[in-house]
Amino acid sequence: MHMEIILFKLFIGLSLAIFLLPKKSLFYFSLFIQSVLIVITSYWATSIFLLDKKITHPFISLLGHNVNVNIDSLSAFFILVINFTVLTGLIYAKGYLVPYIKTKNKIDLAWHYFNFIWLHISMLLVVMLHDALAFLIIWEIMSLSSFFLVIFDHEKKATLKIGVNYLIQMHIGVVLLMVGFIWVNVQTGGDFSFDWLGVYFATHPPLYLFMLFFLGFGIKAGFIPLHTWLPQAHPAAPSHVSGVMSGVMIKMGIYGILRVLMYIHHDLFDIGFLVLFISLLSGIIGVSMAIVQHDIKKLLAYHSIENIGIIGIGIGLGIIGLAENIPFLSVLGFGGGILHILNHSLFKSLLFYTAGSVYKQTHTRNIEQLGGLIKKMPKTALFFLLGALAISGLPPFNGFISEFLIYFGMFKSLHLGNLNTNFIILFTFSGLAIIGGLAVFCFTKVFSITFLGTPRSNKAKKAVEVDFVMLLPAFMIGTMILLIGFFSGIFMSPLAQIVHLFTGNTFPFKHLVPVMNHISLSSGILIVFAGIFMILRIWQQKQHKLSEKSTWGCAYTGANPATHQYTATSFADNFIQLSAQLVQVKRGFKHFEEEEIFPEERSFKTHSLDVFENILFRLPLHKMIRMFRKIAIFQTGKIQHYLLYALIFLIIISVLTYLNWI
Amino acid sequence: MISFIILIFSSIFFVGIISQTKAMIRGRKRPSILQPLYAVLRLFKKGAVYSTTTSIIFKLAPIIYFSTVFLSVFFIPVGKLSGLLSFEGDFIYFVYLLGLGKFMMIIGAMDTGSSFEGMGANREALYSLLVEPAFFILMGSLALFTDHISFYELFTHLHLHNNLTYTISIVSIYLLIFMAMVENSRMPIDDPETHLELTMVHEVMVLDNSGFDLALIHIATWLKFAVFGALISDFIIPTDWAIPYQILFFFGIQILFAIIIGFLETFRARNKMAKNPQWLIMLSAIAIVVFLTTLIITNKIILH
Repeated sequence: MHMEIILFKLFIGLSLAIFLLPKKSLFYFSLFIQSVLIVITSYWATSIFLLDKKITHPFISLLGHNVNVNIDSLSAFFILVINFTVLTGLIYAKGYLVPYIKTKNKIDLAWHYFNFIWLHISMLLVVMLHDALAFLIIWEIMSLSSFFLVIFDHEKKATLKIGVNYLIQMHIGVVLLMVGFIWVNVQTGGDFSFDWLGVYFATHPPLYLFMLFFLGFGIKAGFIPLHTWLPQAHPAAPSHVSGVMSGVMIKMGIYGILRVLMYIHHDLFDIGFLVLFISLLSGIIGVSMAIVQHDIKKLLAYHSIENIGIIGIGIGLGIIGLAENIPFLSVLGFGGGILHILNHSLFKSLLFYTAGSVYKQTHTRNIEQLGGLIKKMPKTALFFLLGALAISGLPPFNGFISEFLIYFGMFKSLHLGNLNTNFIILFTFSGLAIIGGLAVFCFTKVFSITFLGTPRSNKAKKAVEVDFVMLLPAFMIGTMILLIGFFSGIFMSPLAQIVHLFTGNTFPFKHLVPVMNHISLSSGILIVFAGIFMILRIWQQKQHKLSEKSTWGCAYTGANPATHQYTATSFADNFIQLSAQLVQVKRGFKHFEEEEIFPEERSFKTHSLDVFENILFRLPLHKMIRMFRKIAIFQTGKIQHYLLYALIFLIIISVLTYLNWI
Repeated sequence: MISFIILIFSSIFFVGIISQTKAMIRGRKRPSILQPLYAVLRLFKKGAVYSTTTSIIFKLAPIIYFSTVFLSVFFIPVGKLSGLLSFEGDFIYFVYLLGLGKFMMIIGAMDTGSSFEGMGANREALYSLLVEPAFFILMGSLALFTDHISFYELFTHLHLHNNLTYTISIVSIYLLIFMAMVENSRMPIDDPETHLELTMVHEVMVLDNSGFDLALIHIATWLKFAVFGALISDFIIPTDWAIPYQILFFFGIQILFAIIIGFLETFRARNKMAKNPQWLIMLSAIAIVVFLTTLIITNKIILH
């Protein structure tokens, strides 16, 4: 047996020892365990990319048959993404959890770290196991450990409720997956394993089974309308957990969808169209909902839905490209989608960490109470800005690269495609352009309201910069963002290896090499120009007088700079007017009465409703509850009545028997 | 390189021609064609006033905005003369590059903590997001038509085809003129001559910029006009002409474009603020018409 596997299992087992340790050493112990896991798995993953082969190791024996660890380039890619994000999350947790060391008891903290380690282990195993039973078990462990991570603040009733909601929705997902696997098992009579999906799909129409898996995995990924747990769970969880969950855990859903797709080789058009449609919907609605949020972490959570949408758009286009036999569309669709998985894991975890730092220093997530933080927390602010630019898909950062691949694939395929494909592409790139524009809208809003202007409350006034340990992950992620943004060329060949699994050929990547070089060149020139103009300005301003005055207020100087600023609500207002049906913002305020000569103090509040949550969950639930209430009149609590019911039942039974109806 | 130089050169006169046209129609004394240049040179000789509310973002924003616009000139071909940077998919980079500039200007405006600038900033954010799809659809139509996806090849291959090109060109030029107006915050979206902050879009965003920064912002406007003017001229300039004639033709079209803008600005009233989004979505709708026409020309939609 391989040395690495023994080590891997040993350290998984060793994680139990965390409960024996004192509070202070919990972090170092987790760091030790997870570092070893990261080293082992990253070694496997990189060797796959370098040697271009697959790895299979025997792992455990489950109910009499052996379960192997299988790593191909798709798994390897996910392993690297998971490892990087979990590592940054763990480092961030050291700083973030400092205040909790005093308030939480030892078991609570140890349990938290233990679950963090197990979330890591389970995600690694999810992408490595092909045996369906083992996969479902480890999928369940992943849901459970993330559930316990979400309810870290379990003293708050709301957090607990959100956690339970999350747990229930995850179980619906598991049931769907289980049904899918059982269905395959029954139809093919084969093993309970991923590999038998191939046998099933070869002989059956794939759409319905794929839809089952898509629903099951889609709940984890957060596709609209399966997303309702996401905007609740992310704000409730501690920030390092939100970062890891949004950065990589929801991508496990995407992994599942990709894995299932690998076994489907015919009737792909419908599947591609389904994925693309849902993804476009997720993208546009996700970002629209994000714009109207005031809670910074909820806003970021909605952006996760948007980005899952972008990933899905790439994948959907890829599938359509396969179906229509347009190599540019399939290769660059899958390529862009898969690269966006990495990119999103980077900037989204960065944004959650910096947002968490803001929360830690100001104790509020409501951006209407923040403002001017760039002066108090300059490094955090600049890292947030970096994440904001990257997530908006702007050059020269990494988000642009993946969106560029998707655009490139689409424009390149227009000429080859037939009328159907052309219309699909038309709506997709228009949609993608709108998503990009809305993301700019949203992130200019959240960045300016949170970090710019003047503080809107005492909480924001008193904020100070966070410790180095909380900035370190931001440095690490920032480096990666710039690396992908400026040197995208070096990421193309590993990406081609992954895409090869789906498309079989990857020649468009060769086509892309000069393009990527030109993009790097252009971005380099941009930086050089910015530098030159900066130096010119410094030189010019040395010779002239500079002065500082207060902001131009139309010559009115009595304004209070804190309260007379633009707010998040007013920034979003013109968009809300445009999309009132979609985002459903409710305003709460009292009108002025005619006879009200001396008006009393007024307040104004807005909150947004999630349309899908309303239609799919709230309304049916309310109807059901109302119906049950009506039925409940039979439950009087008097024994006489119950005896009467029994009598009526017996009479009906005997009458029916007499009439020979049963 | 030549395309870059003549673009920069033509940009200097552009705004001057617009204001000359407007003055002529209105019966006023015409300003010098170089008046905008003098104004900018004067700004370069001045110091600057920075608001106490602002941070590093306010100082970064004009620099990055100007760099993005300056770099965007690199991508634009003039007739048969390729841009300094030309690669497949460069128009995607071009759009997102301008997006980066807008992002910086918006947060730069918000950095002052002024409600006026907030108002302008969020209008700018909304309008630019609404106009983006139209540009992509237009470029998509050309990509569909020519099977090339860089500015240079799109336009050079456009003319190799038959006369049907002109059906696309006319609508495309109409679209590009209005896109240029939106990009530069001109009529009918925004009135650069308004004196009321509440009705401004772009002007109100730069209220607190002064000196060097303001000069850069002004030059960026010239460059943007020149860029869109060049895109328009690329639809028209026949690529089989000799290069000097093409350049002359280019200047002719630039002047004509400036005059058209002058006319538009004098004779057209500004949209109501609340009507702007609809008007912008209309641009995308027209772009879809271009796309459909292209589908018909390329025989993907077969008409009987």
